[in-house]
Amino acid sequence: MTTRSQPALPPERLTLGAFLGRIFFSIYSGLMTAVELVIDPIQRVIGVNRMAYFFVLPNLLIFGIFVLFPMVLNIYYSFTGGVNLFPQNRPFVGLANFQQIFSCANFLDPNSCREDRFWRGLYNTAFYVVFQVGGMVAFSMLTAVVLNRSILGRGFFRSVFFYPVLLSPVVVAMIWKWILQRDGLINAMLVSLGMERIVFFLHANWAVFWVIFISIWAQMGFYTLILLAGLQSIPRELYEAAEMDGAHRLQSFRHITLPLWAPTLLVVLVLSVIRAVQVFDQVWVLTGGGPGTATLYVVQYIYETAFANQIQQFGLASAASVILGVILLILTLFQLRIGRQSDIA
Amino acid sequence: MARSHVFMPMSILLILALVLGACAPVPASPAAPGEAPAAAAPVSAVELRITWYDDGNEGAVLRDLLDRFEAANPDIRVIIDTVPYASGILETLPIQLEAGQGPDMARVTQLGVLSKYMLDLRPYLSNPAYWEENFGPFLKWMQTSPDGNAIPGFMTQLTVTGPFINRTLFEQAGVAVPSDSSDQVTWQEWAAAARQVADATGTFALAMDRSGHRLAGPAISMGAKYFNEEGYPSLVGDEGFKAMAQLMVDWHADGTMIPEVWIGSGGSYQAANEPFINGQLVMYMSGSWQVGQFAEKIGDAFDWEAVPNPCGPGGCTGMPGGAALVAINTTKHPEAVARVMEYLTDEEVMSEFYARTLFIPGHLGLAAKGVDFQTDLPQAKKSLEVFAAEVGKLAPLAYDLQAYKYNTILFNATRDRLTQVFTGELTLDEAIQKMQEDIDAGIAAAQK
Repeated sequence: MTTRSQPALPPERLTLGAFLGRIFFSIYSGLMTAVELVIDPIQRVIGVNRMAYFFVLPNLLIFGIFVLFPMVLNIYYSFTGGVNLFPQNRPFVGLANFQQIFSCANFLDPNSCREDRFWRGLYNTAFYVVFQVGGMVAFSMLTAVVLNRSILGRGFFRSVFFYPVLLSPVVVAMIWKWILQRDGLINAMLVSLGMERIVFFLHANWAVFWVIFISIWAQMGFYTLILLAGLQSIPRELYEAAEMDGAHRLQSFRHITLPLWAPTLLVVLVLSVIRAVQVFDQVWVLTGGGPGTATLYVVQYIYETAFANQIQQFGLASAASVILGVILLILTLFQLRIGRQSDIA
Repeated sequence: MARSHVFMPMSILLILALVLGACAPVPASPAAPGEAPAAAAPVSAVELRITWYDDGNEGAVLRDLLDRFEAANPDIRVIIDTVPYASGILETLPIQLEAGQGPDMARVTQLGVLSKYMLDLRPYLSNPAYWEENFGPFLKWMQTSPDGNAIPGFMTQLTVTGPFINRTLFEQAGVAVPSDSSDQVTWQEWAAAARQVADATGTFALAMDRSGHRLAGPAISMGAKYFNEEGYPSLVGDEGFKAMAQLMVDWHADGTMIPEVWIGSGGSYQAANEPFINGQLVMYMSGSWQVGQFAEKIGDAFDWEAVPNPCGPGGCTGMPGGAALVAINTTKHPEAVARVMEYLTDEEVMSEFYARTLFIPGHLGLAAKGVDFQTDLPQAKKSLEVFAAEVGKLAPLAYDLQAYKYNTILFNATRDRLTQVFTGELTLDEAIQKMQEDIDAGIAAAQK
């Protein structure tokens, strides 16, 4: 009797996809096992309910080391003097730095102040915040409303408006410097039209105008995107219902769009004010704060006092930044309060 | 199921192997048969870093010299970190030094203010007397106290401030160069002639580097005193300083001075090389360090040259100055630093450095012997001769001001406040008052 041997099974064919899948799965399983090895004992010790603290701990540590600690250190520095960098070598001077900043015969006349550059910077910053934020919010709203409609090439325009946001502020400043300088693009055009050259950065009003214009151009896309998202979250049914009730577009905008858009607008306002008060890098490259001190803003004053001057007055610079921080805090709280009141209304 | 049981421990082992493998030292690859082993630096080679800036070709020349040093001294490797002058040397380096994170050596110009970070090489030098003999007067600029005798480094160049002119523009305008017919031309005469040339050629008449140091020479020529009887900086009531400041105000108001340099530059140092190199500027108040760059970038495209410093009631002086390569006191290798310094200050090496960079020697022995500058360009040769002659004409006050420890406070205050007068933010009297307040506050802070 002959026994029939069982035919050998063909070797399993492993495709490249399956092979890579196995490798990734192995790595993933390995990693998860490793994580479990760490998490399990911790969970057993502190309990499930307290695991949330464990997960936010790394972020808290980063926040503490890189934000909270420097902030506290900055406040401490504002009460010290001298030119030494390390806190232990710096003499405690109490409120002397604040006194120096607030030493003014007339606060409305910076020339009468001991730290006249701080006050010039502060007033310039206030002017910048009002016009830059006002202009940017207005243009962003307008752009968002237009881009929310079904216009031809909507995707293209959305990209075009967002593109400058991707550029570094230094690059933006360099590009515009080349456009606006004595032998730049705009002057070449003016000369070719038989007009006089304008050296924009030698005239205070022109310099301020361009600084505000360029920052709106560079940042508008970001805020437009947020506002656009806010617009798109408004249910269409509300507009349809309003239309059925005979409301025209302006009424719909006034009674539907604006109230429902308000929370997004508030976010945009808070973010843009904070960013405007911190204006520095772009202007530093574009005008260096000039002509004279026409585009000198508070952050540049702080930077120059602490780092650019040959005698580095870290205490004075810290005091100025504490004052700036307090102003910013008040502004933000004020905005939030207005936001809450409008919510209640 | 069984497969996953096998996979999991295997994957853990695989990850562990990868991690451990990545941490393991990489063995040096053996040389191929018949191939000479690579000329790698010895394991014990000390690595030194120099923070450096360039006016012209000096960085390349230094690298060349250091390559030879490294070939002869394989136990030392020197890395040159080239940075921009304004942001790197004036702004960032002082912070690094204060934080104790400085390089081993640095090329600096603000010698007095930074002297507290400098290393006294005296204990490490084989022949300190050579340094005293050849660098003595300049070592005074690097002391933390007036009676100090530290040897922190040497002058890579001695500089003298002074003006350059574009002679071609004078010829095109048919205006005589004032210094051709007189040894003592005033600043007002130069400005008037430059204005005539500018009007005729459609160029700019005058520019001065945006620097209080550059302003100081002309101010001393106009009779500025800068210090009171106690030796403390005092600008209020300094009529000579005010006279020069008033000239600057007038020149900016009537368009004699190119406005971009002082008005359009915000709060930092600014040179006017570009308009001069481009042939758009008649007269440029700068200094001897520009010769190398002009020789390289202008060459003989037009006739340019240095002219003697213009005169005023106080004389016809520029300002001395210069850059020094100094050792930093946080270096972990002072002996190696001293060896590099001794090599670079060797008379033969220094002579080659100055000859190739077209720098006025800051080495007294070489200054006496003369340096055979490596240029065939008559413009460069003439300019170097003029600046060399200017060294002997410098006013004693110019040396005192250069040696003053807090001179940068004074220079920056004059520079920034004067700009505010040009833009109409301050009157000249208010600006001088503010300069004095800035100087007082700066010195008080530095002395705390």
